[in-house]
Parts: sequence; C-alpha cells; structure tokens
Amino acid sequence: MLGKIFFLLCLSSAWAEDLCSKAVPPEAYYVRLSIKTALGDKAYVWNDNEMFLFQATLAFAMRSQFSGQEYNVSNIVVCDETPRVSFWFVVTSLEDPSRLVSRGDVEQAVRKSRNRINSAFLLTDQTLEFIGITPTLAAPVAPNTPPWLIVFGVVMGAVFAGILVLLVLPLIQKKRKKNQPMEDEDSDEETQVKTAENGPERSGVYNMSFSDDDKFTQM
Amino acid sequence: IMKLKLPNPGLEDRILSHQQLDKVEEEEAGDRPKWDNKAQYMLTCVGFCVGLGNVWRFPYLCQSHGGGAFMIPFLILLVLEGIPLLHLEFAIGQRLRRGSLGVWATIHPYLTGIGVASMCVSLTISLYYNTIIAWILWYLFNSFQETLPWSQCPMNANLTGIISECERSSPVDYFWYRETLNTTPSIEEDGGLQWWMLLCHVCAWSFLYICIIRGIETTGKAVYVTSTLPYVVLTVFLIRGLTLKGSFNGVKFLFTPDLSELAKPTTWLDAGAQVFYSFSLAFGGLISFSSYNSVHNNCEQDAVIISIINGFTSVYAATVIYTIIGFRATERFDNCLSGNIVALLNAFELAESDITDSSYDQVVQRLNETYPDVIQGLDLKTCNLDTFLSEGVEGTGLAFIVFTEAITKMPISPLWAVLFFIMLFCLGLSSMFGNIEGIIVPLQDLKVFPKTWPKEATTAVTCLICCAVGLIFLQGSGNYWLSLFDTYGGSIPLLVVAFCEMVSVVYIYGIDRFNDDIKFMIGHKPNFFWQATWRVISPLIMLFILVFYIITKVSEKLLYKAWDPESEKFPTLVEKTYPVWIYVIIFVLAGIPCIAIPFIAVWKCVKHSSESINLFFFTFQNIQINL
Repeated sequence: MLGKIFFLLCLSSAWAEDLCSKAVPPEAYYVRLSIKTALGDKAYVWNDNEMFLFQATLAFAMRSQFSGQEYNVSNIVVCDETPRVSFWFVVTSLEDPSRLVSRGDVEQAVRKSRNRINSAFLLTDQTLEFIGITPTLAAPVAPNTPPWLIVFGVVMGAVFAGILVLLVLPLIQKKRKKNQPMEDEDSDEETQVKTAENGPERSGVYNMSFSDDDKFTQM
Repeated sequence: IMKLKLPNPGLEDRILSHQQLDKVEEEEAGDRPKWDNKAQYMLTCVGFCVGLGNVWRFPYLCQSHGGGAFMIPFLILLVLEGIPLLHLEFAIGQRLRRGSLGVWATIHPYLTGIGVASMCVSLTISLYYNTIIAWILWYLFNSFQETLPWSQCPMNANLTGIISECERSSPVDYFWYRETLNTTPSIEEDGGLQWWMLLCHVCAWSFLYICIIRGIETTGKAVYVTSTLPYVVLTVFLIRGLTLKGSFNGVKFLFTPDLSELAKPTTWLDAGAQVFYSFSLAFGGLISFSSYNSVHNNCEQDAVIISIINGFTSVYAATVIYTIIGFRATERFDNCLSGNIVALLNAFELAESDITDSSYDQVVQRLNETYPDVIQGLDLKTCNLDTFLSEGVEGTGLAFIVFTEAITKMPISPLWAVLFFIMLFCLGLSSMFGNIEGIIVPLQDLKVFPKTWPKEATTAVTCLICCAVGLIFLQGSGNYWLSLFDTYGGSIPLLVVAFCEMVSVVYIYGIDRFNDDIKFMIGHKPNFFWQATWRVISPLIMLFILVFYIITKVSEKLLYKAWDPESEKFPTLVEKTYPVWIYVIIFVLAGIPCIAIPFIAVWKCVKHSSESINLFFFTFQNIQINL
C-alpha cells in the first residue's frame, strides 16, 4: 500500500516536472500576486508554504464547484514561479493525471470561490489577478428615490413655508392692530405730546424739489 | 483739463442741499429704507464684492501669471483703480440718496442712459449667475450620500461594464457634462429642458426671492449668514487642506514668483479686469446700498475697509484652493507613477520591492538601454507634477471637476462636499443680492411697476420673469449660452459704464462740488490721493483696459469649447466656431447697453428741444393773443 502511494507520488511529481518544462498548455491560467501593493508594511513573504496554501485553496475551489470529486493539492500543478510572484497553473483531472481540466471548468470554480481565495491571502480582485478571469463587477445599489430629490424636497418645503410666513405675517399684524383701538388712543396721546415738544423745530418749510414726480419733467 | 467742468444748469434744483439733507436725517422724514445697523451694510457690501470670482478666477490668474509676482499688479491696480471707484460710488450714492438710475438722472437727465446700461448689465448677469447657483444646489443636494455620485462611473444598461463615455473620460467629467448638464455637442442643438435642472433653478430663484422679498429689510438679515459662512468654511478647508499630503506643493506652485510675467501686458490687463469685476463696480448695486446709509456715514473708511477685505479674501481663497489642488495633483502624480511601476514589474517579472518611487527613473533608464522595444511597447505615461498642478483650474471646471475629484479622495467626502457647496452657494447668493438690487431699484425709478403694488409683488414679478428667461441656460446647450453671456454681456458694457461714471461725477457733477459734499458728509475734504485718482489716474486706467479689451476681443476668433463624445480629441474639449446668428446675440448683449448711453442722451436732448420749441411757440401764441 505504502509502496503504491509512494510510486504514485513520484509519478505525479515527475509528471509535474514534465509539464513545467513543456510549453504553456492552453488550459493554463496565469496568476499574479501584488502582496506589497495590497498590504504595504504588513506584507508577508512569499515562500513554499504560501504556495502550498494556494494549491490547497484551489483544490478547495475545485471541490466546491464539482461536488463529489475530491481534488487534492497534487492535482494543482504550478510552474514558472518568478520573483514578481507570478506563475501559471493547471489542474490535472482526477481519473487521468495526464489529462488537464478544461479552462471553462477551472474558471467556473475560481469565480465561485473567488472571495474565499482572496481572503485566504488577504488580497483583493485587483491584487490577486487571474489573467483571463475578469472580476465580476458589483451591482450598484440604486435607491428607489434618488437622495437628492429628498434633500430638494426638504429645502423647497422650508423655502415655501418661509415665503408664506413672510407674506402672511404682516397681514395678521395689521388685523391685530385694527382689533385693538384702546391701545391706539393711548399712543395717540403720547404722539400729541411729542409733536408739542417738537413744535418750534418744525417751523421751517423745506423745499421738496427733490420729488419723485417731477424728476423727469424738470430739465 | 483737471478743473474742467461741463455746464450743468439746474443741478441745484434736482438735488437736496446740505441743510435739507440734515433736516431729512433728523426728522427721519424720508421714505427710503434704512439699514438696521452698520454691520448689515458692511456685510452686504462685502457679500456683493466677494463672490465666486474670488474663489475660482483669482487663483487661476495668480497661478498662470507668475504666482506671487501677480500680486504686484493686482495690489497696485487695487489701490489705483478699485478703491477710488468704490469710494466714488459709495459717496455719490450716499450724497444723492438715489439708486443708480436716479443718481445719473439727477446729475444730468441726459445721463439716464448710464443708469439704463447698468440695469441691463445687472439683468444679463443675474440671469446666468443664478443658473450657476442652480448647478451648485444640484451638487449640494447630491452630496448627501455616502458614496458621492461623481466618485464612480455608473454601469451601462446590460450591466456588463461601465458606460463608455465615462470610461473614456472620468467619473467627475461624466457627472458634470452628462448627469448635470446633459450637454449637447454644439450650441446649435438645444437638447431640450433638463427637468432636474429646472427643479434646482426654481429652488435657486425661490431662495433668492425669500431673501430679497422686502428689499434690504430681509437682505440685511440674510447677509449675517451668507457673508460670514464662506470665511468659516474656507478656514475649515485650510486646516483640512494643510494636513493632506502634497498641499504644500500646491501652495508653493501658486506663490512661486515669476517676475518675467510682469513684462507682459496681458498680466496687467488681467489684473486690472480682475480688480474691476471683483469689486462689482458699475452694477449700480453699490450705489443703491450706500444710499440707504445715514448722510454722515464715513464712506471713505468703508471703501478702504471693503477693498482690503476683498483683496485679503482673494489671496486667502487662493491659498485654500491650492492646498486642495496640490493634494489632488500629488495624488494623480503618485497614481501615474505607481501605474508605470506596476506595468514595468509585470512586463519584466521583477519583485515588487525592486522599483520604488525614488528609483523609478534610474530603473527605466537601465531597462531602456537593455530592452528598448519592450519599454516602447509599454507606452509609459510621463508623470509631471507641474502639469497636474496647472490642469484647467478656473471657473466651473475648478469647482465642479477638479475640486469635486479632490474631495472624493479625502476621508469623509460627503462632509467636505456639503461644506464646499454651501460655501459656494453663500458666495453666489450674496452677490445676487447686489445684482437684483441693481435691477429692481432702476425699475422702480423708471416707474415700470404701479405705485400701489407692495414691495413683495415687485420682487416677485422680477424674480418670475428672470426665472422664465433663465430657462435658456437649462437646455442641453445651456452651458455654451452661459459662457457666451459671461464673456460678452458682463465685460465690455461694465467697463464703458464705469468710465462714464467717473467722467460724469468728476466733470459733469463737478469735482469741487463733490469734494464739498464729502467734506459735509465725513468732515474732511478728500486728500490728494483721491483727487489724483478720480481726475486722472483711474479714468486713464479704465480707458486703457477698455481699449485693450475691445482690441483683444475683436481680433480673436469667436470660438467655444464643446464636450463632444464623437470627436477624436475626446475627452479634451473641442474648439468650435459659433454660428453666424450668434453675432446678433453678442451685439444685443454687449452693444445695446453701451449704445443706450449715447442713444438716451440724444433722445432726451431731442425731447427737451422739442419741448422748448413747443414752449416757445406756446408763449409766442400767447403774446400774439394778448396783443
């Protein structure tokens, strides 16, 4: 039993090395990570352990997409790792290690679990790029009433209320004055006293040549 | 020519003497409205003078004409042109106690044309200025959202991607040209009324109406808020701006002096024009406002104080604006650089730490030597901070495109957006108070409204008519009409009117009489500085500016910049020529107010002589009958 597993492992790793030395197969997906851009000071170093995590998450993605098919880390073959942290990978099929899973299937699996894959590496759609798999755009949240209409309604309501108040208030004040004749008589006496005091000063006649009516006829 | 005084018989009969003025003052027998207190008057004048131009025209002029060096012509012309004209308008209004039309008609009935021209210009400007306020309100209403609508492009109809027009330009451009203006590619296509703009337009006029409903009684209260709030907001933005990365780049760029600019005449011309328009002279509003003052108010002090405040506000606003512009430019520069770095990293599969902002240039050079064709293929953008700093930053472009973009990059964007647009709204509204005063008072003087109508009704009718005519600017092509009105309706006629004002007061009213009036009002005769500027220096400067302005305007081709998604240069604005019938419109806007001055003078002269001829024949007939 152990011997068989050992044999299979050797075979698959040999097969993997074989794959990497050949030209990039059409089923491959190119991956690029920008860890420093995303995390700045908190960036982790990319090493074999991180690569192992990547293979594991991809295996997880394949498993979630195709339920029942138990993909393993060994099924995810990674090649051409660069200092940029970019590489390409293929997924070997479960039944026959020499056959590769089609691009379409891999794409579906990645799209379904994209969020989980991103979260595993603390990255986003822009910093963990699968070249060829465009990130699905978030549907914009469109409120039923545009917010500006609500603010407009509030402001216009306030302005109209203000205009009404300013127009109606003097009319109400006039009515109140008419309904209070008693107070008027008292104020009349006061003004009479005042005019008596100002009497001598009003003795001049001033020439209202500055009169609106004659303005244009006087030349 | 200094002491030249044209004959002006009958002047004494038309004006109140000094004794009569004192008497009217004591007994409060005049029926003119009055300011509640000095603060209201000062705030109203400051609000009228300090407007959108201080925020979006002056900083651009400053930066494009040699930064700190621009201050020199600006301050010189402020002292030689702005302050004397301001003092003149305040003094003549306070002395003759009439609105602008009344003042000129009183000085000499033939000069009524100056008042009519002032009124026409105030009308033209009010029409489009309130549309700008409508745009500000639209942006203000849209700022009450967590994600500002101009921060991202909307999706297209089938949700496969973003709208192409937005993708090719930018979210702020798209929001301004498409979702706000819904602009057409040329001025000939009118594009129909935009209903959302109509709502904002009506809102702007209603707001204005409620503030001017009873003249200065209500305006005086409104200015406590509209004139002071902009300063508060500017200070808040200054503090916020200085804490952002790259703000000092902006301020440095603004004030770095380039003294070679002083040799160019256009610098001086622009400085003079800016001082002039910034002080809202020749609109008639300032004459009106000062006529509500008490007769012994110190108008000389007021003129100097308001000029200083206006100049200070221009410089202060420029500083604030450029801290934010510096931030935006630095942000753009950083993005440009990172974009290039990422492209290089991806092409050459280098580790991320290999290229940093500082080592970028060396690395590019090294790679260019070894792999020149790859570098060519990458098509790297040139990232120059100065280019970003000088990108189209004046007028509506500054407020609605550049500044809004900068706001989206600041944390808590909706707050800054709301503050910014409230500030612009207050600046615009307080200037509108003066504009409307310059329309309503002459209309009252011309007796267009029946005397029985209350003040509320006259202001309502004026606002309604202006609102209706202003619908032109709400069409798809509205923006083009607005810049047409702005360029031709608000420039040349004002210069002509200002020149005529100075000449009328100094040579027709008489500088001696004017000096005596000022001595009566404030207690001392105006000193040599005022005499020199009123009689010679300011009219000469006005004449120069007017002549050069006309020459430059007439010699340049009539072009306008259009937003045309179909053009190849998109998203850069395309220059198109105006259609032929625009010349008629330009003549109406610029020519009619200017022609009104001599035309009305001649008409009055003819009427007067025909009346005297009639009078002569009437008396002749009487003599004959008596004989």
